[in-house]
Amino acid sequence: MNYNWNWSVLFEEEYLGWLISGVGWTFAVALVAWVLALAVGVLVGVGRTLPSKPVAFICTAYVELFRNVPLLVQLFLWYFVVPEIVPDDMGRWLKRDLPNPEYVTAVIGLGLYTASRVAEQVRAGINAVGSGLTNAAYANGFSTAQTYRYVLLPISFRLIVPPMTSEFLTIFKNSSLALTIGLLELTAQSQQIAEYTFQGFEAFTAATVIYVVIALGATLIAQLLEKHTRIPGFVGKA
Amino acid sequence: MSDFDLSVIADNLPFLWQGLQLSLFLTLLAIVGGIILGTVLALMRLSGFAPLSLFAAAYVNLIRSVPLILVIFWFYFLVPLALGRPIGGFYSALIAFVMFEAAYYSEIIRAGIQSIRKGQVHAGQATGLSYWQIQRYVVLPQAFRNMIPILVTQGIILFQDTSLVFVVSLRDFMTVSSIVARTEGRLAEMYVFAALVYFVICFAGSLLVRHLQKAKTA
Amino acid sequence: MITITDISKWYGSFQVLADCTTAVEKGEVVVVCGPSGSGKSTLIKCVNGLEPVQKGSINVEGIEVTDKSTNLTKLRARIGMVFQHFELYPHMSVRENLCLAQEKVLRRSRDEANAKAEALIDRVGLLPHIEKHPGQLSGGQQQRVAISRALAMDPIAMLFDEPTSALDPEMINEVLDVMVELAQDGMTMMVVTHEMGFARKVADRVVFMDDGRIVEDRVTDQFFDHPESERAQDFLGKILNH
Repeated sequence: MNYNWNWSVLFEEEYLGWLISGVGWTFAVALVAWVLALAVGVLVGVGRTLPSKPVAFICTAYVELFRNVPLLVQLFLWYFVVPEIVPDDMGRWLKRDLPNPEYVTAVIGLGLYTASRVAEQVRAGINAVGSGLTNAAYANGFSTAQTYRYVLLPISFRLIVPPMTSEFLTIFKNSSLALTIGLLELTAQSQQIAEYTFQGFEAFTAATVIYVVIALGATLIAQLLEKHTRIPGFVGKA
Repeated sequence: MSDFDLSVIADNLPFLWQGLQLSLFLTLLAIVGGIILGTVLALMRLSGFAPLSLFAAAYVNLIRSVPLILVIFWFYFLVPLALGRPIGGFYSALIAFVMFEAAYYSEIIRAGIQSIRKGQVHAGQATGLSYWQIQRYVVLPQAFRNMIPILVTQGIILFQDTSLVFVVSLRDFMTVSSIVARTEGRLAEMYVFAALVYFVICFAGSLLVRHLQKAKTA
Repeated sequence: MITITDISKWYGSFQVLADCTTAVEKGEVVVVCGPSGSGKSTLIKCVNGLEPVQKGSINVEGIEVTDKSTNLTKLRARIGMVFQHFELYPHMSVRENLCLAQEKVLRRSRDEANAKAEALIDRVGLLPHIEKHPGQLSGGQQQRVAISRALAMDPIAMLFDEPTSALDPEMINEVLDVMVELAQDGMTMMVVTHEMGFARKVADRVVFMDDGRIVEDRVTDQFFDHPESERAQDFLGKILNH
């Protein structure tokens, strides 16, 4: 292997700036998309477990649609296709006046895609609580809404902390797909540094280390959260 | 919306089919390689021999922390450097996918192995079966049987993941669709078509998973 | 044949076995009983090395189980074991369950293994079920298959770890009958069980355990008629009075 090591390239002002900017965009995409994914995902996940047939059907359709098309294709649809097929005025606005279209597209695409995965976790969590407790709540005279509010959701949200942590990490990793529509997040920046300096090893190592640190941090927070919310002696059927 | 031109798809069908074949082929090879390497990693992790299990744990956690695109970039850069000569995009991509997916498969397989009760291992030991015989005849057959639905699910995810070779312009279905989209100026038609094809294949896969799960619990 | 000398075992800082000493002679039937958590299952699993011990020694037919250099696999092939939860391989038929170790460990031919399997399964009255999977059998039938699986290896001794405690009451006797027959044929047996009727009928000695210690180790009749320790009296009172 012939390779000229040069780690100092990472600390040259220009390239260090690229890395920092990349990290910034990665966080900006992942965190905002996560908020969107949680909001939509919880609604859709709860919807799938509701007794109402039409609601459950629509929510199931949402999950199947967003889960069975690659995220990359979804991003291209939002970025290239949606402005073409909406009414002309809106399309024009999207193409000309929308500020920072790559960022907005990445957040929407990633958020709605991740929502389908969050929805599946929420549904699994609710199902894991079991019909026994649901029946007990109904027998207590709770309405459906009250049963969800006081029994199913509080328990299932605790049960799904571990899988949700892994979804949270996934959204960071998936935010790298934003580079395909031209957003220079962390992975894109490291690739760009590799191309400019021919120091691929150093550039990719830097990005890898940053992703690992993010993962470790998120895992740590999740473990604290899990400890904090644990119900003594309760094990779900998940 | 009204001027959807479907002829662009018909005209480029052979080209698109070639791309889809590459996607499916890459998926298949990566599944096989990923499961084999994943099994090895899982057995290492559960071996109780600290150097092996620490190595496997470190590898799996490292890979699971980074995006697939970065892994693809890594191997496109590393493989030719390590071998001293270029071996073509397909093989670099294949190696990247096997190394990446093996980490995910190993976690699935590890959970599958751990779901087998310790008593089964004891029963094997009590009749004098060796460690490898117990894995080969008692633990792994049961574990894999339990894991089939989730292995198929991971296969569907892997098929979707192959679209990411777009970032290195390997001519899979996604790249080919986008080439047609650009050269013919028909972005809407081509990307909707691509989404449809992916959806049909993946949805069929998830129906299969549901069927397998029902068969398992029945 | 089996000599257990002064063994102790800890899970972390929790001591599960404390200085246990006992022995099983050739052809002898020894029942180990005691309240749950007394360490009796752990003790029997130490005999064939499924559970390691930290102190003391176990000797089976001149082989030191506790010696690190001992080939445990070879030893285990010669000692049969029956488990509380049967532990039949669910993905294999009854026949395959009986043949696997015969072929892979003893290197018997397929025909030889099959003949042995059929003879043993016939003896416990399950020949018509030999192609079924364990999941298709009742608990009592599964445990009889498990006994046959152990016997297929021509063991020099048999270990039973609560063989009837996972069974519905009406199935307990069909399993005990097989065990009684085995005892009468002269098999060396070490049996962890709560079935005091069985103990009285076939056991030569009874070992009573409590809190990881062997509290009593006596000839069967003496144990039942004149238990020395308060804890054994207490235990017998609870288990025999209903």
